[in-house]
Amino acid sequence: MPSEQAGFFVKRKISHKIQLYNVYSSTYSLLRDQNTLLHGRYHEMAPNVVPMDYTKDPDVKLPMQLIINMPELKENPFKERIVESFSEDGEGSLSFNDFVDMFSVLSEMAPRELKAIYAFKIYDFNTDNFICKADLEKTLNKLTREELTAEEITLVCEKVIEEADMDGDGKLGFADFENMISKAPDFLRYYF
Amino acid sequence: LSETGSALASPLAALRGPGARPRQQPRLSLAGLSVLAEEPHGAAPVHFLQELPSCQSARRRRGGTQERRPALLGTARSRGDAARAETGELADRPAREHPKSMAEKRRIRDFQQADTEHLSRWKKWRRTSSKSLKKALSEVKGLSSYLVLWRHDIHSIEGKFGTGIQSYFSFLRFLVLLNFIIFILMFSFVTLPTIISQYGIFNSTIAYISPKNIDDICTIYKPSGNKGLVYFYTYLKDLLSGTGFLEVTSLFYGYYSIDAVWISVMSYNLPLAYLLATFAYLTLSSLWIIKRSVEGFKQNLVHDADPFQSYCNKVFAGWDFCITDPSAARLKHRSLQYELQTDLQEEKLKQKIAERKMGEKLRIYTLRIFINIIVIAILSGCFYSIYRVTVFSQENSSVNLLVQYLPSMVITLANFIGPLIFAFLIRFEDYTPAFEIKLTLLRCVFVRLANIGVLLFSLWSQIAGCGSDKCKPCGYNYKLYPCWESDVGQEMYKLMIFDFIVILAVALFADFPRKLLVTHCSWKLVQWFGHKEFEISDNVLEIIYGQTICWIGTFFSPLLPAIATIKYFIIFYVKKIVLIHTRKPAARPIRASSSNFFFLVVLLIGLLLAFIPLGFSIARIPSSKACGPFRNYNTSWEVIPDTILQFPTGLQQILFGIASEAFAVPFFVILCIIMFYVIALARAHKRVVEQLREQLVLVRSERESCVSCPLHHLAQPPLLFPSLPSQTHTWLPTLPSRPLFLLHLFWSCS
Repeated sequence: MPSEQAGFFVKRKISHKIQLYNVYSSTYSLLRDQNTLLHGRYHEMAPNVVPMDYTKDPDVKLPMQLIINMPELKENPFKERIVESFSEDGEGSLSFNDFVDMFSVLSEMAPRELKAIYAFKIYDFNTDNFICKADLEKTLNKLTREELTAEEITLVCEKVIEEADMDGDGKLGFADFENMISKAPDFLRYYF
Repeated sequence: LSETGSALASPLAALRGPGARPRQQPRLSLAGLSVLAEEPHGAAPVHFLQELPSCQSARRRRGGTQERRPALLGTARSRGDAARAETGELADRPAREHPKSMAEKRRIRDFQQADTEHLSRWKKWRRTSSKSLKKALSEVKGLSSYLVLWRHDIHSIEGKFGTGIQSYFSFLRFLVLLNFIIFILMFSFVTLPTIISQYGIFNSTIAYISPKNIDDICTIYKPSGNKGLVYFYTYLKDLLSGTGFLEVTSLFYGYYSIDAVWISVMSYNLPLAYLLATFAYLTLSSLWIIKRSVEGFKQNLVHDADPFQSYCNKVFAGWDFCITDPSAARLKHRSLQYELQTDLQEEKLKQKIAERKMGEKLRIYTLRIFINIIVIAILSGCFYSIYRVTVFSQENSSVNLLVQYLPSMVITLANFIGPLIFAFLIRFEDYTPAFEIKLTLLRCVFVRLANIGVLLFSLWSQIAGCGSDKCKPCGYNYKLYPCWESDVGQEMYKLMIFDFIVILAVALFADFPRKLLVTHCSWKLVQWFGHKEFEISDNVLEIIYGQTICWIGTFFSPLLPAIATIKYFIIFYVKKIVLIHTRKPAARPIRASSSNFFFLVVLLIGLLLAFIPLGFSIARIPSSKACGPFRNYNTSWEVIPDTILQFPTGLQQILFGIASEAFAVPFFVILCIIMFYVIALARAHKRVVEQLREQLVLVRSERESCVSCPLHHLAQPPLLFPSLPSQTHTWLPTLPSRPLFLLHLFWSCS
């Protein structure tokens, strides 16, 4: 099964597998086919812990370490932040609901606004609802694996804030971020 | 002012963690009036953009994934009202589009279901049917994505090599489809009727109308169809050069020497169909390319209008979330690092250029002029050699295959050497790196497309070159070229075949041995040579060159698109194998968003360039009288005036009116006026954007310096907008967030 789903993160393959429509229309006694694949992936990460039967809605959470080792997330420099943004307790452990949530937002069917909201959460490292210079520096370091010099990082951060900061407070609020990301031609293409 | 109110569950409620109370949210009514008191936390201001008067919101209202209903009217002071209004608003959006945790989404879903209970049966049915229709459509869309050609291959290439290289392969796929459609078009309207009538299927007969007022000498045309016993290698030679047995097949123009086809009782005007099919495939190609490039153009326009976006784009939208391969990830990291460093370097270079002194500038400009002169000299050299070689090859065409292929070889050589020289010369011109790339590409494009033009020009100088009474009777050189369209078709055919052979040969004899050598041989020289990089732009120019040949050649050889389809089909697999086994991805990756647009623009240039020779052949050069469907007309274009003259008088007058100056000049003037209006509108929008930007900063700084200012919200101008949870500590709770509104107003304007 892993090899079939090796392309799980591949754009179109995921789109009709995540049909949250069915998640909500089901009575949760039987998981629909579209969620079986996701559930299979969730289960195989920790077969001893995750039950096959979700009728009783068990309270099972998988720790971040397991999730970020998934092949789809392994190479992503923001994997810890992604998992943290979707976890309800903010520490990175995902229940199955959070797991499905994560894949549904990252699928290509999710609307741009939704993705922008979660992208903002991901890039906001200190969770103060602003992307400040420190967050930007961390983002850059993760993007370039710390190959840029300190001077270059400072310059790029300054440029980013200069470009995107609309209200002049020196950091990016969600409004600035959303405005900027709506103009970014690569956002929808790359962010799934 | 009617006060509207409702509450909207905050999409950013999850930001504060679970258990947060959904807040009240001011709604923008359709009248766009009134301000409502709001609470500290807010929702992402996305929904009210629907109400703004801009084409973006109009489009979102029409399409998009969110169902929209007119704003609910009613006050929402109390909690109960808020809850009811909240469910009313929640019902608008499918639960999955709320950015909250799964449990909250389920709660929303339950609300929605409970909400539907009290609706009338008709509304319930409408809602369920629209939902199931949406579901069905998305299923169909998902399934139809399976039908896309090479879906899986391109995805795996994207995952391993990035989106730049993937864009090359999608471009290739687009060309395969385009050529296939063109082939279907030409085949069904031109070749099929001919074949049907030749074999008498469906009681069809051919009508030959003998040419009148034409010297008999012009109609002599004896293509040697390889009668009798011939050596086998002649077949091979014919296959490669389009002469001999191929010349009399439906591959070339000469086969269609038919004037009308009678199928049962209907008559089918083949010459008219031939011409109209040509126009149709040219129009179809241009429309399709324009449609594909509009997307990229819009992005480029936004990007250029706001050139300050490039850093943000790279930092926030730079990482490709589809990457799963460690080496691809390494490549992406390196490419992002390289891009950022290049951008910073460009900034420094721009500053340096701005600080240049007069003397420096003079020196650099003279150097640039000198280098441009060298470039022009090289180009003229290329063109002249192509001309000489074509003339030589046409005069000695029956010698052997090598002579026949001489023009193709010279063109390929020029296409190969030219870019190398340009890449070498541009280093001395001292431009910024981005401009260097663009200029080199432009020069390469020009070389490739101009070479074809020169070839055609030299052919025409032979065909219509009437030195000494050579073409008096017929208008063209009937001795050498009794059926000149077939000859041109043969040249295009040879170009296409040779191009294909070269691509295969380079893959087989240059790429694989190079890889073997570099992998197994550790000499310094060989290692310095290194692995071949996949130069996207070179490969793209190659296939655009092939496509231009196809477009020009299809008029003279209706089955050429089929050959092009097969050729690109095979090239896809060859390039894919070469890529996977030998190449290392380029160190200078081009951003996919801009490169797609660039490919399509160059393709469009190729198409427009193809119009010129075709237009010239159709309208100016007399069609050959010995073969082809236009024997009875002076030029190929004459079919159309002739047909129009057979229409009823009223229609004739209308058509002549449209083609006359009395119509064309006012039409042109109106177009200019519309264009100026649109430009003025764009400028006005831009000015508004600037003003709003300044206002934004002003308002915010005003706010910060006046914390104890009284609340003026009811006296504010009647505009409505939500605020954000993130701004809580900077905004007074009951003040509308004007900057936010300004932000989104100018977002929609731009």
